[in-house]
Amino acid sequence: MSIKVRYFASLKEIVGRSEDVLENVGSTSVIEVWRLANKKVELPDNILAAVNMEYVTLDSVVKEGDEVAFFPPVTGG
Amino acid sequence: MEIKIVEDAFDPWFEIQQFQAASEEMKGKYGATSIFVGTMRDFNEGDEVRGMALEHYPGMTEVQLGKIISEAMKKWQVIDVLLVHRVGALFPNDPIVLVAVWSSHRGDAFDVSRFIMEALKSKAPFWKKEILASATERWVIKNTDGYKK
Repeated sequence: MSIKVRYFASLKEIVGRSEDVLENVGSTSVIEVWRLANKKVELPDNILAAVNMEYVTLDSVVKEGDEVAFFPPVTGG
Repeated sequence: MEIKIVEDAFDPWFEIQQFQAASEEMKGKYGATSIFVGTMRDFNEGDEVRGMALEHYPGMTEVQLGKIISEAMKKWQVIDVLLVHRVGALFPNDPIVLVAVWSSHRGDAFDVSRFIMEALKSKAPFWKKEILASATERWVIKNTDGYKK
């Protein structure tokens, strides 16, 4: 099992890729997923997070099979 | 409820006509239709803007827009809602978003149109990158408050 991590917009440019796959992490938190995937880059302020396409806080639980996304404030419409 | 995310230019007036013509069950029931169309400007924050790249999170976009419209339909008396949002490469004067609301009375139509647009601006995962006349690119950092005068 794995956790898919996705990045969008300016954050995708900061980390230099659009996604990561973390293998055998077990149950963890959103902020820990960021740290595991981005060892050298601190999570920038004001970044939003989603698990399985629903907004979450950084201390929310992440399980194997989940899709975690990080992105800047939205600017549609 | 219909939500469409489109990569090519769209004509909001054609979309409204088509939706209305196909909705047999709405006929005779609605007394008010509220239409909001957001269009791309050729200026922003004092700079000339030549184009725009609109990125989104496929899947989450539809989930979030669906939740916003469902919430509105619970709170107000609404017959139906059509929402079309453009993604990809845009140019000034291109329609970006259409929100059309059909209801029995005008109060609900106006209120729901505003509610959906303000919620979309803060929750739907879209991001704009502007291409300026100087050929530089910049991300739009945040949406302005729609109620700010």
